[in-house]
Amino acid sequence: MLNYLKLIALGIVILFSAVASSYARDLAYQVHAVLIMIVASGLFFWTLRQTDEPVVYVDTNGYMDGVIRAGVIATGFWGCVGFLVGVVIAFQLAFPVLNIEWAQPYANFGRLRPLHTSAVIFAFGGNALIMSSFYVVQRTSGSRLWGGNLAWFVFWGYNLFIILAATGYVLGSTQSKEYAEPEWYVDIWLTIVWVAYLVVYLGTIFTRKEKHIYVANWFFLSFIVTVAMLHIVNNLSIPVSIWGSKSVQVFAGVQDAMTQWWYGHNAVGFFLTAGFLGMMYYFVPKQAGRPVYSYKLSIIHFWALIFLYIWAGPHHLHYTALPDWAATLGMVFSIILWMPSWGGMINGLMTLQGAWDKLRTDPIIRMMVVSLAFYGMSTFEGPMMSIRAVNSLSHYTDWTIGHVHSGALGWNGMITFGAIYFMTPRLWGKASMYSMSAINWHFWLATIGIVLYASSMWVSGIMEGLMWREVDAQGFLVNSFADTVTAKFPMYVVRGLGGVLYLAGGLIMAWNMFMTIRGGKHVTAPVGVPAE
Amino acid sequence: MDTYSFLRQLADSWALLALTLFFLGTIVWAFRPGSRDVHNDVADIPFRNETVPVDDADTPDTGAKS
Repeated sequence: MLNYLKLIALGIVILFSAVASSYARDLAYQVHAVLIMIVASGLFFWTLRQTDEPVVYVDTNGYMDGVIRAGVIATGFWGCVGFLVGVVIAFQLAFPVLNIEWAQPYANFGRLRPLHTSAVIFAFGGNALIMSSFYVVQRTSGSRLWGGNLAWFVFWGYNLFIILAATGYVLGSTQSKEYAEPEWYVDIWLTIVWVAYLVVYLGTIFTRKEKHIYVANWFFLSFIVTVAMLHIVNNLSIPVSIWGSKSVQVFAGVQDAMTQWWYGHNAVGFFLTAGFLGMMYYFVPKQAGRPVYSYKLSIIHFWALIFLYIWAGPHHLHYTALPDWAATLGMVFSIILWMPSWGGMINGLMTLQGAWDKLRTDPIIRMMVVSLAFYGMSTFEGPMMSIRAVNSLSHYTDWTIGHVHSGALGWNGMITFGAIYFMTPRLWGKASMYSMSAINWHFWLATIGIVLYASSMWVSGIMEGLMWREVDAQGFLVNSFADTVTAKFPMYVVRGLGGVLYLAGGLIMAWNMFMTIRGGKHVTAPVGVPAE
Repeated sequence: MDTYSFLRQLADSWALLALTLFFLGTIVWAFRPGSRDVHNDVADIPFRNETVPVDDADTPDTGAKS
């Protein structure tokens, strides 16, 4: 019966997208309509083939790991794609001729940049968060993922969102909001997928067999709930036409700017921090073989982060039309935020107390420790840059880009690599990763890549900031904007090389994952034996 | 009083007080007497049920050493 309803719904979607593809007012919308028509048709035939067929028995006694396996592969794939686009745009900045003439306007820097940010944050980071949260919530609740195939809907739905967003940017569909570029219909689709994600997650927690909810789940849950709230409020917009991708924001002027950076900074705070801290609080203790250093500290870490982060956004709007009190509020909260961030870092690092020797032998724990070190570094740098006087030098310069990447490449990237190396052998029933020395190579390539990236951007950013404000004895500006661009050239090349190293590490990881999944000795998991 | 002024005044007074008290309450709650055993038990959660869920028929594996 359910299948008949599904077929009717899919039929309506096919019909609507067929009409939409012909009435489409712009190219991006047209391509998306065709894409949705193809996906919906495929699902229609797949559902049709299964209707009134005998139901295949699914063993629901174990953990639901299929969707996590898919998530691990998607994370590795999108990571490499995102790093590659990053390397391309880094060299486009150094050598503008790489904005190839015949590929205009699709492959110019302006369109590839959001493709890069969304690919690494939402495709790589988002898939990493979804799959690791599904892994962690099952094992810390002692119960199977709730909702059956709804988890598969979350996975495929989220990746469809990524495809729609990515193709949209290249074809010129954007609402020009940082980290929230997708247009209205893509936003609506993400909202539906995200609600399903929340339902699966909450359902699993509600049916848990452990009395207490482990702290990692608190972080994951705050990430899911807050991102839902941020996404909906920041994307309040009215489409110009139902047959086109263009929409108009409901907020205007400084209210819009404030909403955008309330969203933007909390995307950093709850997507890239809270969610990844959930990963940290599970995988670091697991890999170190010891419980977290202080569970009390983790509780205080959680609540302090939740209470403080949400106010920090206005520090993106110093010296703008935003009232001074609001900017100062954002600055003060950003500085207070330093404390819980370092509390969390210390909690993660001290988990290794008594197991520090593993740093010499275990490249996976080394990745996690470096990741925490970068978390500490960027959560010190961030509050410093939010101070109004520092911000007057750093804002609009490459320093900001360097700061973002020391957090993203160092903290988010490294903890995700650690989690992938932890989960891949376990999910495919292998004793360990195919090659330990490849993990070592990945570790050093990534670390050196980040160091090149961050240091070149510090030099470039501070130089640029100083050049912009330099005045001569008569009070005239000394440098033109083009002077700063010329002066930055060597740093741009170094940054690009750092990116190449980081990408090379990612490719080695992809190869290592492939070899682990395909080859290696199969180790039978001790099914049925209660874990000690 | 217009909506903005009302909400602004509420945010500056009662809402601020309630949020601050809630936050301080979580810290006090974390350090409540008897929380040490609970926290030690909870911190061990990642080390059980790694490969299979808790069987409904069995008593939940609390990990407690008898």
